Amino acid sequence: MSALLEVRRLAKQFGGLSAVEDVSFAVETGEIVGLIGPNGAGKTTLFEMASGFQRPTRGEIWFDGTRIDRLSTPAICARGLARTFQIVRPFGDMTVLDNVIVGAFMRAPSPKMARAHAATILAQVHLAGRCDQVARTLTLADRKRLEMAKALATGPKLVLLDEVMAGLTRVETDEIMEIVRALPRAGVTILMVEHNMHAVMGLSDRVIVIHHGRKIGEGSPAQIAENPAVVAAYLGGRDDADA
Amino acid sequence: MTPLARGGAVGAALVAAMVVPLATPSPYALSIVTLTLLYGYLALSWNIIGGIGGQLSLGHAAYFGIGGYASTLLFVQFGVSPWFGMFAGAALAALAAALIGYPCFRLRGAYFALATLAAAMILKIAVENSHGLLGGPRGLEVTLLRDAPLQFQHTRKEFYYAVVVVMLTIALSINYLLLRSRLGFHLVAIRNDQDAALALGIDITRSKLAAAMLSAALTAAGGTFYAQFVMFISPDKVLSANLSVQIAVMCIVGGRGTVFGPLLGALLLLPAEEIARRALGGIVGADMMLYGLLLMIVMRREPRGVQRILRDLWNRTGAPRSVNAG
Ligand SMILES: Nc1ncnc2c1ncn2[C@@H]1O[C@H](COP(=O)(O)OP(=O)(O)OP(=O)(O)O)[C@@H](O)[C@H]1O
Ligand SMILES: [Mg+2]
Repeated sequence: MSALLEVRRLAKQFGGLSAVEDVSFAVETGEIVGLIGPNGAGKTTLFEMASGFQRPTRGEIWFDGTRIDRLSTPAICARGLARTFQIVRPFGDMTVLDNVIVGAFMRAPSPKMARAHAATILAQVHLAGRCDQVARTLTLADRKRLEMAKALATGPKLVLLDEVMAGLTRVETDEIMEIVRALPRAGVTILMVEHNMHAVMGLSDRVIVIHHGRKIGEGSPAQIAENPAVVAAYLGGRDDADA
Repeated sequence: MTPLARGGAVGAALVAAMVVPLATPSPYALSIVTLTLLYGYLALSWNIIGGIGGQLSLGHAAYFGIGGYASTLLFVQFGVSPWFGMFAGAALAALAAALIGYPCFRLRGAYFALATLAAAMILKIAVENSHGLLGGPRGLEVTLLRDAPLQFQHTRKEFYYAVVVVMLTIALSINYLLLRSRLGFHLVAIRNDQDAALALGIDITRSKLAAAMLSAALTAAGGTFYAQFVMFISPDKVLSANLSVQIAVMCIVGGRGTVFGPLLGALLLLPAEEIARRALGGIVGADMMLYGLLLMIVMRREPRGVQRILRDLWNRTGAPRSVNAG
């Protein structure tokens, strides 16, 4: 069986800057894969390309049997690949429930069904109690949950999570970890960018490491923790001792 | 009170209020009321793209003019009833909205506003220079038939009042239903954050196009009504930039993106304008100054408009507070 997501020799240049360089990897259905690397490594840029916000300079992205690197963002979402934003983007004027209904309309044929589906998703991310709250007034932790709920409401096969735990307390992080851990059983495969090592190592079946746009390691969390190139990249880069 | 019950109460009060003006003995007063409701209707039409969709159009006079000219031309040249001309004008305006919108939707904020303003100006100049067919700057007169409701005209003002109430009810219903539909949710999402909307699979251009075309078609029907009500149209009356600004300001002052806000804006601003016109007499542009002033006052106090101010008052004094922003 072929992979759900396959990235082949992908590259992205911004002017003279090489943000992503010759990166290849695959994500299989049902996995939770962690994508790590120091600040500016090119993680978000990879997500931008996979979700159709940026065109790759070179290389190919395949999702669920089709090549998607030339498709529009809505077309990619319709095929079942959804993403969250590192800097969350709630629809501030709308209530939490209405935010999620927007995503639910991706598959729901009627407003009534969109509403019902959105309510289910909100329960899944433990945000059901905030349905009627205007999104602008949410705390950071709740905004992160809402960000996930919106993406999940579109009925994806694969969700790209970009630092959904950044800036949260240990307790809040653990709650989100529980939510993420349950997703593969609900039929949602996960590729997640995360600086929080406790979360990445605890959740991932497999971890991919990139540094300066290049893939420098891939393996189980245990293998990655012992990989000399990875350790060097992290010691030379960001300090994640707290995690 | 639930939001639905409250909406119903407001609706019932509105219907009751609509019967009252018929009791007035003065045709002048009824004319003012009719015009006010026409502006309410126009503000509600603008609300679809400008309020719910958040795309600040300053060119809606173009659609109003297209509606008025289309039905009037069809009537005086070919004897087509303006009731049918109304639909022809609406279709033409929807087409124009697509032609203006498609290249302009990529522009954000002020650039979109300027592009629509320019498009409407170009249309006005074109009409002013078409002396043969459209009567140039002097405009067109609707052939007088006196009491001919099937030809959309009548000597009694009650006729027009009844028509405008029906049109207003239709516009209110469309806004109400739109806000609960898939397209409505997409538009509000686009207004809030285009990239986030895109990530949830929303086809931004298609949604904006649908909203702009619907908005333009409704506005054009208002143009036909105006032509029949006044029995005369000219570029400076139906195609002016002032009109475009008036419509937008009414909607924004009342509460953009809501169902009753745009109507509220018209109910406040048109009578205020009428009073100011009498008080200030001949000062040119006094009405526009009033619009600017009221816009500034309301936006400073509450950017979501007068309907929000009233709603907060209602919540503070009366029923238990509802956090639902719907
Ligand atoms: N739109 C853009 N234009 C120009 N340069 C960009 C653009 N987006 C990203 N970059 C650059 O590409 C590099 C990779 O950025 P990216 O955001 O992908 O990193 P990241 O791995 O997500 O980092 P972080 O952990 O800080 O979020 C950085 O040097 C960044 O400045
Ligand atoms: Mg990033």
